Amino acid sequence: MSIFAEIIVSIALVVSGIFGLVGSYGLVKLKNTLQRLHAPTKATTLGVGGALIGSMIFFYAKTGHISVHELLISLFLFLTAPITANFIAKAYLARNMHQKDLPPTDGEFGWSVYDDPPEADTDR
Amino acid sequence: MLTRLIPHPLLSLTLVVVWLGLVNTFTLGNLILGSIIGLVVPMLTAAYWPNRPSIARPLKVVEYVLVVLWDILVANIEVAMVILFKREPAIHSQWIPIPLELKSAEAITVLAGTITLTPGTVSTMLAADGSAILVHCLHTDEPDTVRDQIKTRYERRLLEIFP
Repeated sequence: MSIFAEIIVSIALVVSGIFGLVGSYGLVKLKNTLQRLHAPTKATTLGVGGALIGSMIFFYAKTGHISVHELLISLFLFLTAPITANFIAKAYLARNMHQKDLPPTDGEFGWSVYDDPPEADTDR
Repeated sequence: MLTRLIPHPLLSLTLVVVWLGLVNTFTLGNLILGSIIGLVVPMLTAAYWPNRPSIARPLKVVEYVLVVLWDILVANIEVAMVILFKREPAIHSQWIPIPLELKSAEAITVLAGTITLTPGTVSTMLAADGSAILVHCLHTDEPDTVRDQIKTRYERRLLEIFP
């Protein structure tokens, strides 16, 4: 493997490590549950992304084949990570907050955790 | 006939591509096996997809993905700066309600996912009738700017992609 490829892989790994560390430090430092929810979104995007880019370049430089497993891992992460964050946020809102603590929707209906949806008239 | 055979061309294409990615080697055998999966799975599950999303402008999807990846990079650095160098009382977290023009469920899902993936903003919930989305912002002094940025950068593009 050429020295150039090694340097690129190292940079990707260091960037990934730094963002993973900062994300974890954010979990310790921030005081409020919803603020802490912001830290893992960083670790899953640039933190994992850096490691995956490093892995792709490493295997391309070593074997000459492009490995697409890393792209699939990021695809699956990008599909699942927002769902988890959304569920944690909703559970927190349902348990600890009330409609009056939040800004209004500016519509007829309130926020979905506290208010019932309109009667369905489409494909049910 | 063709619509009966391939009820959901986008799903078929995705299945073939993901299958080829999973086996990680491109051979004719894998392509044929992947195509069989891509044909059979949408046929068996067609009943569960009553309203199939249609993508109007595929090139816009590429542009959207690139814009989002770039924003993830920039926002990561911004949030890292907030976490590392701002003292805890100086972090002004805010709730930002964003009125939505998007109507289709798929488009709103993509927008909510994008908001959560870009660090610094998390989409928490929709209004009960889907007319607004509530976003939690880690640190901002100008909530209107964040709202306008999400509307112009993401929602405008999604409106073109999902008609």
